[in-house]
Amino acid sequence: MFIDYYKVLGVDKKATEQEIKSAYRKLARKLHPDLNPNDKDAKKKFQEINEANEVLSDPEKRKKYDQYGENWKHAEEYQNAGQYQGQPSDAGRQTFTWSQGEGEFSDFFESLFGGMGGTGRGRQIKYRGEDYSAELHLDLTDACETHQRTLTLHGDKIRITIPAGIENDQTIKIAGHGGKGRNGGPNGDLYITFKIASHPKFRRSGNNLYTTVELDLYTAVLGGEITVNTLNGKVKLKVKPETQNGSKIKLKGKGFPVYKSKGEYGDLYITYMVQIPVDLTDRQRELFSELSKSHK
Amino acid sequence: MISAAEFCECHHIEISFIDSLKEKGLIELASIEETQYIRASQLHILEKIVRLYYDLDINIEGIDAVINLLQRMEDMQHEIALLKNRLRLYEEPEGWEY
Repeated sequence: MFIDYYKVLGVDKKATEQEIKSAYRKLARKLHPDLNPNDKDAKKKFQEINEANEVLSDPEKRKKYDQYGENWKHAEEYQNAGQYQGQPSDAGRQTFTWSQGEGEFSDFFESLFGGMGGTGRGRQIKYRGEDYSAELHLDLTDACETHQRTLTLHGDKIRITIPAGIENDQTIKIAGHGGKGRNGGPNGDLYITFKIASHPKFRRSGNNLYTTVELDLYTAVLGGEITVNTLNGKVKLKVKPETQNGSKIKLKGKGFPVYKSKGEYGDLYITYMVQIPVDLTDRQRELFSELSKSHK
Repeated sequence: MISAAEFCECHHIEISFIDSLKEKGLIELASIEETQYIRASQLHILEKIVRLYYDLDINIEGIDAVINLLQRMEDMQHEIALLKNRLRLYEEPEGWEY
């Protein structure tokens, strides 16, 4: 598909080199991936303006583009017929180097210019590899322990350590595990975003956990001892007499591990749900009735 | 660690650029026997600074502001993620009573 590079940069076909440069810079300041982290649209547009600039800022490429651009499918034939003698020149050009990897120029560009793209700061540039993004799904119980996982990405196995206490939607960077650099440039980075599934019994808010515990009426009224589940084991709890339905208690240090703070934990908040007895016997109903009268 | 000279050679930049970044407090260098080294932890930010400076023509003071704003943006995104997680407490599927 023909790409109108003038339109991409928003300049006139008669634009001077300076006008092209300044239009490109203006757009680049808006769309540069360093200024738009994790914005795929901006990255795509940035690649488009980069490509447009690659062509329009190079007098030879621009000449060829103006001459054959719309008939790009036949450009090779024209070239073979000796109508195009130009050699690639890098005079006065500058193309950004961010994640410009192979295959990032359009088919249109590749057909017209082959693999001539990307001269960077006037010399052969070392391209940094592309950054990769991936999602990793964990259970809440997985996220509460530091553990290792092996990921397979583009055929490569990567072993990563996931620190306990990682948050849902938190992203960590694994340096050097992105796309391979070109011309000796460094590899890109791998960004992993963690998606932590909800737990059926525990809710998490930061480092604190919340749960509800059913309490039978008799223990709630008279007090006693119960065993409750925490995320990593059972604990015994003393229940005060006359504990109200919906009352909350805090178990200090029984919450979620604090990210990258070994030995530190949040708290576990328990809400008691008092269970009203059902299927009462006649005798029990009598006793409740007596209780009720004694209360009046 | 990578020596500052080697980094400059790779990126086709002058060593004086690294010196001015150090002077302005944008990066920290380690000195070993009169050779200046860049720590691995600083490499990512330094590469970003190089791109902003050479690709976008942003001066060092401007880069300082940009880096600070990007950091604030990242902090806010993290905060949004935390708040979304808290919001989930109130938007859990049925079966959760609290």
